[in-house]
Amino acid sequence: MAAATAMRFGQLSSGSDMAPDWTTKEVSTGTTIMAVEYDGGVVIGADSRTTTGAYIANRVTDKLTPIHDRIFCCRSGSAADTQAIADVVTYQLGFHSIELDEAPLVQTAANLFKASCYRYREELMAGIIVAGWDKRRGGQVYTVPVGGMLVRQPVSVGGSGSTYIYGYMDSNYKPNMTKDQCLRLVSGALSLAMERDGSSGGVVRLAAISETGVDRQVILGNQLPKWSTTGYIPYCLSKGLEIYPTV
Amino acid sequence: HVGSKLDDGVGYDLSASTFSPDGRVFQVEYAMKAVENSSTAIGIRCKDGVVFGVEKLILSKLYEQGSNKRIFNVDRHVGMAVAGLLADARSLSEVAREEASNFRSNYGHNIPLKYLSERVAMYVHAYTLYSAVRPFGCSFILGSYDQDDGPQLYMVDPSGISFGYWGCAIGKAKQAAKTEIEKLQMKDMTCRELVKEVAKIIYIVHDEVKDKAFELELSWVGEVTNGKHELVPKDIRVEAEKYAKVCTTTTSLLHGISVTWVQNNSTFKVFFPHFMVTN
Repeated sequence: MAAATAMRFGQLSSGSDMAPDWTTKEVSTGTTIMAVEYDGGVVIGADSRTTTGAYIANRVTDKLTPIHDRIFCCRSGSAADTQAIADVVTYQLGFHSIELDEAPLVQTAANLFKASCYRYREELMAGIIVAGWDKRRGGQVYTVPVGGMLVRQPVSVGGSGSTYIYGYMDSNYKPNMTKDQCLRLVSGALSLAMERDGSSGGVVRLAAISETGVDRQVILGNQLPKWSTTGYIPYCLSKGLEIYPTV
Repeated sequence: HVGSKLDDGVGYDLSASTFSPDGRVFQVEYAMKAVENSSTAIGIRCKDGVVFGVEKLILSKLYEQGSNKRIFNVDRHVGMAVAGLLADARSLSEVAREEASNFRSNYGHNIPLKYLSERVAMYVHAYTLYSAVRPFGCSFILGSYDQDDGPQLYMVDPSGISFGYWGCAIGKAKQAAKTEIEKLQMKDMTCRELVKEVAKIIYIVHDEVKDKAFELELSWVGEVTNGKHELVPKDIRVEAEKYAKVCTTTTSLLHGISVTWVQNNSTFKVFFPHFMVTN
């Protein structure tokens, strides 16, 4: 994501090596985002790092944006573009819901995202995952990547960090998981991506959306799942240090 | 028309942008009169779908069967039966089609009937606000079937109001048709049963003396058609018409005989009555 940003907006840097990245690069939600369907709802998750080049502009970003009571979107790509699109869709969906006099469908929200992302595809850099619950089809995940395609998937990952976890998802996702299994799958996948992708990091933000409501949680750095080949544990082992128990 | 002209000759009924002293908009009422002059159309909602029946009067010996349709397809899952000025009705069916199509294009799914009828009703209402245009001289009944909302039936009239119904009738015999519809337990019926009853009602309310020949236009949408609004297939329509003819002939025969008996006529002339005795 960061490299792609550099390519598009490289002209703005005016070739000066003395000016730091963050004076010239666009603010990007480098990101790892994902969403998983389960019977009765969806679980969505994201990291919390926003970068301008190599500078972390916000290390506690909330990339899980509510669009309606039971519909959220996960934002990746340009922070400004995704915020603007989310605002537009929130307005459109709110109006539509009032006119219909009933809760909007996730599919409707996804189509509205697609409409904006496709029409302005040349000017935008936005990869969005729309997920939520409605009473017609229960939990649903729709992905709207760069370019403005729309497709429904049981699981979807996005952002620059997603490339590192395709294998993890392919091998660990099974259909008909429970909510708790989904939560563990998402937090595990995100922590792996955050470990490897420079543009992803910070805390893991999770949300579980179902008929009863939205249940949000944050997993802080020291509470993240730990993996045997990365980071904390190998370091302790190599130095002969005590490995503190993890939650 | 009483109240539409003051003593000094200034009329309150010349444009839709004028109220009368007793709070009526005469142009809208006149538009409803145009609907009442048209032949009857009915729509009934049952357990698993909606059925429309229209009494299409044949005004010419050169009439081609199946032409001059009074039932339109607005979307795959929505049908519309009309009464009143046919040209106005055709124009409104185009409006309804565009609304349904735009909805699908913007929001990605079938338009809910409540929303569609409110949008078209809003359009009809707009034409009751200005002196530069006249109100639409037609009422119509919208019906749909959808997996999630089930069968739905809405009626829009020239004033631009829209209500949901289990059964409704528009046109010249709407009172008689309403009486017949109220006898039905439509919530417990299926489309197949209802088709026969709809045909029967149209045959009952048809005035043989004043209107002579007519063609029955029948359509339905429901589980039986997999959610697609279409004309009732020929064999089912023929069966329904046979049932309808039997019912009406029996009733009129009974009535006719009772009349001849009471009047002590020796002839076996059967009178086709204007008002049906309820069975």
